[in-house]
Amino acid sequence: MGQTITQKILARHTGEKTVEPGTFVWVKVDFTLGNDVTAPLAIDTFEKAGARRVFDKKKIALIPDHFTPAKDIQSAQQAKRLKEFADKHQIVHYYEVGRLGIEHALLPQMGLVGPADLVIGADSHTCTYGALGAFSTGVGSTDLAVAWMTGRVWLRVPESMKFVFKGKRPRWVSGKDFILTVIGAIGVEGARYRAMEFTGEAIRRLPMDDRLAMCNMAIEAGGKSGIIEPDEVTAAFVSKTRRLTASGIKEWDALKSDKDAAYVGIKEYDVTKWEPVVALPHLPSNIKPVGKVGKVRIDQVVIGSCANGRISDLRIAAKVLKGRKVAGRVRLLVIPATQEVYLQAVREGLVETFVRAGGVVSTPTCGPCLGGHMGILAEGEACLATTNRNFRGRMGAKGSFVYLANPAVAAASAVTGRITHPAAVAKK
Amino acid sequence: MVIRGKVHKFGNDVNTDDIISARYLSTTDPGELGAHCMEILDRDFAKRVTPGDIVVAGNNFGCGSSREHAPIALKGCGVALVIAGSFARIFYRNAINIGLPIIELPQAEALEAGDEVEVDLGQGTVRDITQDKTYRAQPFAEFICQIIDAGGLVNWAKEKVH
Repeated sequence: MGQTITQKILARHTGEKTVEPGTFVWVKVDFTLGNDVTAPLAIDTFEKAGARRVFDKKKIALIPDHFTPAKDIQSAQQAKRLKEFADKHQIVHYYEVGRLGIEHALLPQMGLVGPADLVIGADSHTCTYGALGAFSTGVGSTDLAVAWMTGRVWLRVPESMKFVFKGKRPRWVSGKDFILTVIGAIGVEGARYRAMEFTGEAIRRLPMDDRLAMCNMAIEAGGKSGIIEPDEVTAAFVSKTRRLTASGIKEWDALKSDKDAAYVGIKEYDVTKWEPVVALPHLPSNIKPVGKVGKVRIDQVVIGSCANGRISDLRIAAKVLKGRKVAGRVRLLVIPATQEVYLQAVREGLVETFVRAGGVVSTPTCGPCLGGHMGILAEGEACLATTNRNFRGRMGAKGSFVYLANPAVAAASAVTGRITHPAAVAKK
Repeated sequence: MVIRGKVHKFGNDVNTDDIISARYLSTTDPGELGAHCMEILDRDFAKRVTPGDIVVAGNNFGCGSSREHAPIALKGCGVALVIAGSFARIFYRNAINIGLPIIELPQAEALEAGDEVEVDLGQGTVRDITQDKTYRAQPFAEFICQIIDAGGLVNWAKEKVH
């Protein structure tokens, strides 16, 4: 029986030739991640365990991105613990406000994660890096602490599900729409414990930012990981920042799923006639095509997050917003995911477009996505966001509403004040 | 280990924002977290729980974020055990890693709020005393049992390394 790319990566990290789904492995990690919410707990555990040294100071990222710039004293204390731990253990990849970014945008951008890597992060959206051909998954703070101590993590080798995207992607349809459609089809536990492998001609033509947005949301279907086989798009992205893999690009041929690999489910989609979709409150699986949402008035639009705060997201939003104004009663918050994205948006004039339209542009932060700060909703308010979760009360008051969509839909909706297809705004 | 307590019942897809909202994540104190446990779904939950009580839920319990604050909050307000039809994977490993007892029980729905339930974790039996019914839970894999027996992941890893 052949192996999936996920099995192959896991096998490499165990030293075995093959690993079978359902078995438990205690594997070496290539990189680990914690943030200002999850790392303080990991530090507590690490210190209580009496550990003195981290396994590798170059393989640990501490990214205070959730409640920073610190929203209150308690958050400041938590962020400070990261800094102190980083100082004590000479952690290389600790970044301060002004040099950081949202973790899942920052790490790929810096080349800290890449093809064939095994990455764990104490953040559920760590599955993002599967877009680069890594096995990458979210874990808890105790897992992180133990990885700092031992350089290893326990994993159950997951079964894989395959999602094949055929046809030509229409204008305004993005990777976000691909993944929302999958979640809508299989539900929020449809891929529980499984690796979600995305493939097909429409994936091969999909830009990296869209692939990152897709794998980012594997967890919203319950998935352990999302993954896309490395190809030319991956090579072009990765080669900007690092050597492709430790032993070079040729090895990528071995990073493809075998033809006779086993899948617990295969789903096929033809994207040719798709339109953008929206996830209605209060689950990411509650999907409707944007044209069938009806008249939904919104109070706030958020364009940002680890799903859709990258430069191509801001470009398409600016394209829709250029020369237009945000509707009178709507707040538009644009949050570039990293400082580099921010600077690029300044260079390209995107920031000017957002400000002239009547939006605000914030420093990189997870902020509103998890109801942390920088855009909390009041009772009864509705927000259209390019983020990844719309659970009840996620962005603020229990009686608030979050709709999820791609950045073009978000920008168009900011202009009209209700959920709108970008084509309706952009062609005017 | 035998746990006996009163059932508090929840539905499917209880997410980690439901268990503990992100607005409380600027602390790691179990008591403070526990005071706000489940408040989106049931405002007075933390006040009504008595130590040793059991949370029963449907499928996909603990979906969403990786926050270990979720099992800590449950423990912090006195919940002794969570029984669910199924668990989301990060919550599952967090509970195992920190030693919050959990049981996967396909018939979880049959247990009713207020029922007195006795669970033998070693035997994997769930006895609904109020309804006079007994169920057999899904057994843990041997690997998971090792972590549970060691008293959590940290101890297990220490033993493994030494």
